Amino acid sequence: MKKYITLSLVSCLVGLTFISCNKSKQNNKGALSSNAAEKVYVAPGEYDEYYGFFSGGFSGQLSVYGLPSGRLFKVIPVFSQDPEKGYGYSEETKPMLMTSHGFIPWDDSHHPDISQTNGELDGRWIFINGNNTPRIARIDLEDFSTAEIIEIPNSAGNHSSSFVTENTEYVVAGTRFSVPIPQRDIPIKEYKGNFKGSLSFIKVDQQSGEMDLAFQIQMPGFNYDLSHPGRGKSHGWFFFTTYNTEEAHSLLEVNASQNDKDFIAAVNWKKAEEYIKAGKGKKMPAKYAHNKFDNATHMATHTMKEEVLILDASEFPDLVYLLPTPKSPHGCDVDPSGEYIIGNGKLSANLTVHSFTKMLDAIEKKKFDGEAYGLPILKFEDVLAGVVEQPGLGPLHTEFDGKGNAYTTFFISSEVVKWKLGTWEIIDRKPTFYSVGHLMIPGGNSRKPDGKYLVAMNKITKDRYLPVGPDLNHSAQLYDISGDKMELLLDFPTIGEPHYAAAIKADKIKDKARQIYKLDENKHPYAAKSPAETKVTRNGKEVHIYMTMIRSHFTPDNIEGIKVGDKVYFHVTNLEQDFDVPHGISMLGANTAELLVTPGKTETFVWEPKQVGVWPFYCTDFCSALHQEMQGYVRVSPADSTLPLSWSLDDE
Amino acid sequence: MKKSSILMIVGAGLLLSLFYFPLWNIELGAPQYPIPLGMNIYIDGIKGVGEFDLQNIDGLNHYIGMKTIPKPEQMWEFTVFPLVVASMAILGIALGIGGYFNKVKPSFFLVWLIVMALLGIAGMYDFNLWLIDYGSDLDPHAIMKMVDAQGNPLTYEPPLFGHRKILNFDAYSYPHLGAYLMGLGLLLTFLAFVLGTKSKKQ
Ligand SMILES: [Cu+2]
Repeated sequence: MKKYITLSLVSCLVGLTFISCNKSKQNNKGALSSNAAEKVYVAPGEYDEYYGFFSGGFSGQLSVYGLPSGRLFKVIPVFSQDPEKGYGYSEETKPMLMTSHGFIPWDDSHHPDISQTNGELDGRWIFINGNNTPRIARIDLEDFSTAEIIEIPNSAGNHSSSFVTENTEYVVAGTRFSVPIPQRDIPIKEYKGNFKGSLSFIKVDQQSGEMDLAFQIQMPGFNYDLSHPGRGKSHGWFFFTTYNTEEAHSLLEVNASQNDKDFIAAVNWKKAEEYIKAGKGKKMPAKYAHNKFDNATHMATHTMKEEVLILDASEFPDLVYLLPTPKSPHGCDVDPSGEYIIGNGKLSANLTVHSFTKMLDAIEKKKFDGEAYGLPILKFEDVLAGVVEQPGLGPLHTEFDGKGNAYTTFFISSEVVKWKLGTWEIIDRKPTFYSVGHLMIPGGNSRKPDGKYLVAMNKITKDRYLPVGPDLNHSAQLYDISGDKMELLLDFPTIGEPHYAAAIKADKIKDKARQIYKLDENKHPYAAKSPAETKVTRNGKEVHIYMTMIRSHFTPDNIEGIKVGDKVYFHVTNLEQDFDVPHGISMLGANTAELLVTPGKTETFVWEPKQVGVWPFYCTDFCSALHQEMQGYVRVSPADSTLPLSWSLDDE
Repeated sequence: MKKSSILMIVGAGLLLSLFYFPLWNIELGAPQYPIPLGMNIYIDGIKGVGEFDLQNIDGLNHYIGMKTIPKPEQMWEFTVFPLVVASMAILGIALGIGGYFNKVKPSFFLVWLIVMALLGIAGMYDFNLWLIDYGSDLDPHAIMKMVDAQGNPLTYEPPLFGHRKILNFDAYSYPHLGAYLMGLGLLLTFLAFVLGTKSKKQ
């Protein structure tokens, strides 16, 4: 009997191996013929393989999607007020949106980039730039919320940002528009020679992540469009594309398209560090905001900085070199090895690839072709690695799969083209729907891209979804790039404009995602950590309510003695210590948004009652079976009332 | 006799593991709690499996009017049990040492075992009484007053052993590491008795 069992076990095992062998063979062969739906289907309750972070473009936010499913997980408020979460409305978060121009409720967020260690994504933080009022934000990937925003002085249209060096030494931000530095009242016609660009290097503290504007390199008055760090052999350099080297100040679509070649500016930031160490550079007065959120006090602080260290590139001949690049290059992309620098000349018929090795060689041999404002110009032929001939119309951006292939988007011909590094031959092309801008391969801006998926981010949606009026959410398209040929798998709408995105393997961050804030670590000055600590205090016309919330009541929930003309601060602490149990609070007639308070946090909103009466407040997040009962009343008496303050729960 | 005495010492000594490991574990899972809430019952108190599990169990139980999970000072058991376990362990070890030097007969091992077993049964009985009280002595002002098909008020005590469905929760109650180690200890002391008796006969 025993023998039979053993025998049948063995045959089972053999059978299993056979079946699984057979299966893997099928997978290899079937990449083309297999079903696209199957490849993007993530069954209910299962997890996506990647986190995708998509910039919100003109929404100013950063959204989190799962890949390959294209499911939206969250919108992280960054540069814009978000009534859904009370961000930019609560007293604690308002300081995050302060700038040298005062409170600004919006920005245009463009290029997210994930922190790196040794050239690989490490998932500690993600950075993103605000274009309009130049700022860089750092988002903490433990609680998926904005931890810090730093304003960039001497910059305008902060577009060639926020890219990180391979050990997150710096987040780099470049100005798109050159401006008078320092700002002053001069005729616009005097642009040429008087307007300057600036490239900002923001140091990142490796423990706390805190950002500090270490130095700025002052540049000629070109437009600095995009940038990417060197890596591997070119670590220590940063590359910026330029346009409008004509230095036009009006009708740029014509006047900035005259030069046959613009430049890629190669910046030796290690050299800049040396100069600074040697005491070079000038400290210049500048006013810029630095806003930080503290997870212990649950409050943001806003401070103004007073000066910035500037290195004028024209005074340091070995700091910046200019690589001639055809026709207003847009994207500036560096391959995983750090050897190739791709200039996507958006008006050029061909794609230009520079060689880092050749560049170093030309610099060493001083093979210069003149200079611009003191910056040496290298000879085009001396630095050229190769040309991808006639790949498409309007190249914008290139990313890499880590297997020797590059993928470039073409805005005008609306397609993604796959080509080979080194041989420059075109391997495949696939249409996008429509007019693709950026593309993203997980880890594309690192030494180790993950060449499984590619996401194209399109500017025009047109007929992709059911029509919803004249304005349409932009669309992203997911391609499988694991085989020789690209395969379109999925099409999904995004928040605002998915200007650019970054993605990382879910394993690298999912297990450290925060579930609650610990109540006993809450250091908010107005926290009530138990119902016993709740109270209402008055100081002249200012009233502070220390309130708690737990399933399913507020303490206190009856408050009397408030008067018309008072400024009432609701400081509300969520006592829950359970995952995914936020409570909200909103007050009838308050000129602000609700609060959405996550477990263990304290948040504050202000209410200035204008009418006598009894006004209700309630919980806005369906928190529990008795959520509808989670409510309370505030009695508002006339301004001259002598009714003393009182508060209670269940008349106690 | 030496071998059996060592077994007795080890077996009685294993009782001390109850000071480190929980005796019993109760888990409460529900659709909203795919990772169940859990409590570990030690001889000197009840602790949550997760840092905030007890708080969250209490938070949920307030809807049906259950009392909060008792703190160590709220139940005499959590003072007395450690004393009893420590005393029994010391006594057992002493008997073992006595046996090692041929001063104690193996039948004393059996007496110790029987006393320990009786104490254990008493402890379980007491534990069950607490469970029943915890699950049925409800606040008359409870938010939700649930009744069964016959109109009798529902009670919510977790099972002493095994599974019970309590509203949306699945309660599972099983011995934990401390209890298993104690069981092993008792088995060893029984072996000590058997081996000791055999060696005396020879
Ligand atoms: Cu609520």
